[in-house]
Amino acid sequence: MSFAKLTTSALAVAAMSATTAAARDQVQVAGSSTVLPYASIVAEAFGENFEFPTPVVESGGSSAGLKRFCEGVGENTIDIANASRAIKDSEVAVCAENGVTDIIEVRIGYDGIVFASDINGNSFEFTPTDWYKALSDQVVVDGEIVANPYTMWNEVNPDFPAQPIQAFVPGTKHGTREVFEDKVILAGCEATGDFDAFKAANGDDEKAAEKACIGLRTDGKSVDIDGDYTETLARIESNKDGIGVFGLAFYENNTNKLQVATMSGVTPSTESIATGEYPVSRPLFFYVKKAHIGVIPGLKEFAEFFVADEIAGPDGPLAEYGLVADPKLEETQSAVADEAVLGGNT
Amino acid sequence: MTDATSSSMPAVTPVPGKSSLMTQDARTRKRNAAEARFKAYGIVAIAAGMLMLLILVFNIISRGTGAFQQTFVTMEVELLEEKLDKNGNRDPADLAKVSTFGYAPLLRTAFEAKVAERGIATELEPKAMAGILSAGAAAQLRDFVLADPERIGTTVEFEFLASSRVDGYLKDRVSRDSIANDKNISAEQLDFVDQLIELGVVEKRFNLAFITGADSSDARPEAAGMGVSMMGSLFMMLVVLALALPIGVAASIYLEEFAPKNWLTDIIEVNISNLAAVPSIVFGILGLAVFINYMHLPTSAPLVGGLVLTLMTLPTIIISTRASLKAVPPSIRDAALGVGASKMQSVFHHVLPLAAPGILTGTIIGLAQALGETAPLLLIGMVGFIASNPPDSIASGLLDPNSAMPAQIYEWAKRADPAFYERAWGGIIILLLFLITMNTIAVILRRRFERRW
Repeated sequence: MSFAKLTTSALAVAAMSATTAAARDQVQVAGSSTVLPYASIVAEAFGENFEFPTPVVESGGSSAGLKRFCEGVGENTIDIANASRAIKDSEVAVCAENGVTDIIEVRIGYDGIVFASDINGNSFEFTPTDWYKALSDQVVVDGEIVANPYTMWNEVNPDFPAQPIQAFVPGTKHGTREVFEDKVILAGCEATGDFDAFKAANGDDEKAAEKACIGLRTDGKSVDIDGDYTETLARIESNKDGIGVFGLAFYENNTNKLQVATMSGVTPSTESIATGEYPVSRPLFFYVKKAHIGVIPGLKEFAEFFVADEIAGPDGPLAEYGLVADPKLEETQSAVADEAVLGGNT
Repeated sequence: MTDATSSSMPAVTPVPGKSSLMTQDARTRKRNAAEARFKAYGIVAIAAGMLMLLILVFNIISRGTGAFQQTFVTMEVELLEEKLDKNGNRDPADLAKVSTFGYAPLLRTAFEAKVAERGIATELEPKAMAGILSAGAAAQLRDFVLADPERIGTTVEFEFLASSRVDGYLKDRVSRDSIANDKNISAEQLDFVDQLIELGVVEKRFNLAFITGADSSDARPEAAGMGVSMMGSLFMMLVVLALALPIGVAASIYLEEFAPKNWLTDIIEVNISNLAAVPSIVFGILGLAVFINYMHLPTSAPLVGGLVLTLMTLPTIIISTRASLKAVPPSIRDAALGVGASKMQSVFHHVLPLAAPGILTGTIIGLAQALGETAPLLLIGMVGFIASNPPDSIASGLLDPNSAMPAQIYEWAKRADPAFYERAWGGIIILLLFLITMNTIAVILRRRFERRW
C-alpha cells in the first residue's frame, strides 16, 4: 500500500469535488412529511414514465421545507417545497429578500386530520368543544378564567367514559398543528363562548383572545410530537389511554391498530372530506421556484405531472393512498401550465 | 502482625480454635464469601448483557427475516397491440407515450383470462383482482415492452410482486380480522388469493430485489430494496478511506515521530482527543454550513456524506495510529538510526510497517463506526425518498443524490405502511452483517500480523 496511491486517490476526489455543481439533473423537493408520501408516489411514477431521473424528495416539516426553499435561487437550493399549509406572508417576504420572487403555488388536494385511539380502547365521538376543553391551557369555569382543571374525559363531557386525558398532538413545526389549532381548538373556544370571555379579559383584542384559546396545556396531558405519525402510533401503543392526531392516509394504513373517532358526528373518509361534511381538513400544497424552470430539467414536467388527472384525479394513485382529490383540479392544471405566480404574473 | 508471630514459632501445631490453612476462620470465610459474591455479580452482569443481546438478536431476526421473502404472482399477459401501439409501427417515441396507467387494463384482462382458464370461482371485478398485484406491476410491463417492442402482440409470462397486503397475508401479518376497516384489500380478495395459492400462481419465496433493489414510494412497499443505499454507503466509505487514512496517518506520524514536544503539540493532542468525543450531529451541521452552503457541493451527495464522516472518523484513526506507533519499541528506531538511516527512513522502512496492523485495525473500526452513523446525514439531505436511481459511474456514485444504509432504515421505520417496518428490520440485518464482517476482518488482521514486544 503506497502512500503515492492513496494521495492520488485523495487528490482525485478533491479534483472531482471542484468540478461539481456543474449541473444538477434531477428535481429536488423538501418539506412537509404529510405531503412526502404523495410526492414520493408521484416522483416514482415520474421516473418511470419520463426520460428524466427520479426526483429526490426529502421531508422535515412544512416550515423547514419553506425555509430551505427561501434560501435563494441556484442549483444548491431546492426547487419545490411541499407544505401542508399555505405559505405565510412572512415567508414570502423572506423569500423575496433572498431573491426568490416568482413562486408558483400548486394545490394538490385535501387531507383529512383524524383523531384515533387504540383499537381495543373506548370509542369517542368528539366535537371541537371537547378538544378545546380537554387541551386548552386556560378555560372559563363559572365565568372565571382558570387553569385547565380537567383530568378525565368524563369531566369534559359526561357522555365520555372515565379515561384520563392524554393527547398526542403534532409539534409546532408541523403544518398539521396549525390546522388542529384553527379548526378544532379555536372552533371549540368560539363554540363554548370562552372566546368572548378571553376577548373581554384582554381589552377587546381579538389576536390576544385567539392566542389564549390555542395555548395548549403544558402539564403533560397534551404531548407535542415533533416526529412523524409513526411516533404518535408508538406512543399510543405504549399508552392505551392516548388519543393521537393523524393524517387520514396514515390511519387508513393502520386500521388494524387504530380506531378513528368521529368529529361532530361525521366519520372521516375521503368521501366525507370531499363533500366538506367532515370539518377538520386542509389543503396540501407545493411551491415551485419559477426561476428554476428551464434550468433544472424536468421541473415543469414534474409539476404538471403531479396535478395531472391520472395522478391527482379521483381515481389516481394519490386518491388511492388517501388524498382527497381537489374538485377544482382543472384550474390548478392550467395555472401550472401558465406558470402563474403568487400575487399575479410580473 | 499475626503472620510474623506464627512464623517465629514454627514448631507450634495447630490448636483447634487457632488459625489454620485447613480450617477457615471467620475472617477468611468473610473474605471468601466476598470473593464469591463478586464473582456472582460478574456472572449476573454478563448474563444480563448476554440476555439483552439475545433479546435484541432474536427480535431483529424474527422481525427482519420476513423482508428477505416476498410474494410473487405468476401471470401470462397478452401484450395487446391495440393498447400499446395504436399505429402499429413500433416507433419507440410512440411506445413511450403510453404511460404506466395505459398498461393497467392489460393486467385486468390477464386476470380475467386466468379466472376463466382455471375455473376460479370469484365475484370480484377485474379491477379488484388486479388489486392483489403491486402498483409497480404496470411499470414492469412497460419496461419490458420498451426494452423489447417486438414482443407486442404476443403473450408473455411475467412474475409480478404481490401487493403489500397480500404479502402480509402470506406472512401472517394481515388476517381477515385485521382488515375489517381496511380499504386497500377486502376479504373477497383474500379468498381469491387463497385459490390462487392452491393453483400455485401465488407463492412466497426468496426476494433478491430486497438486497439489490432501489427504494420505492409509499404506494408499493413490496418493491423497496436496500441496493442503491448500499451503493451510497459504499461510496461514502471510499471517500472516508481515501481521505481519513492518509491524513490521519500523516498527522499521527508527524505528531509522534517528528513534532517537538511543546505546549502547542500538547494543545493539538488534547483537541484531537476532544474531537473524538464530539457528537456526530455537530459534524453534520458543520458539513451543511461548510460543504453545502459555502462550497456549494450538491446536497444529498455521498461525496458530502463522506467528507462529513471523514471529519468524524479522523480523530479515531489518529488516536489508534498514534497508539500503534508508540507500541513500536524505541530500540527499532535506534537500530535504524545507528546503521545510518535518516529519521524518515527509519519511520517509513521500519516503524510504519510494524505499526501497520494496528493502524489498519483502527481504520476498519473507524469505518465501521462511520458506516452505522445516521445523525449527520439527516442534515445534509440524505434521508427521504432518495435512493431510487442506481449510480451508473463513479462520478455519479459520488455526486448523484443517494441515501445510506442507516438513513434508509430510519426512513423506512417512519413510513405509514407496516410493510416498511418489516423492511426496516431486514435492513438492520444487512447493516449488522456488514458491521460484523468489518469487525471480524479487524480482529483477524490484529491476530495475524500484530507483533507483541
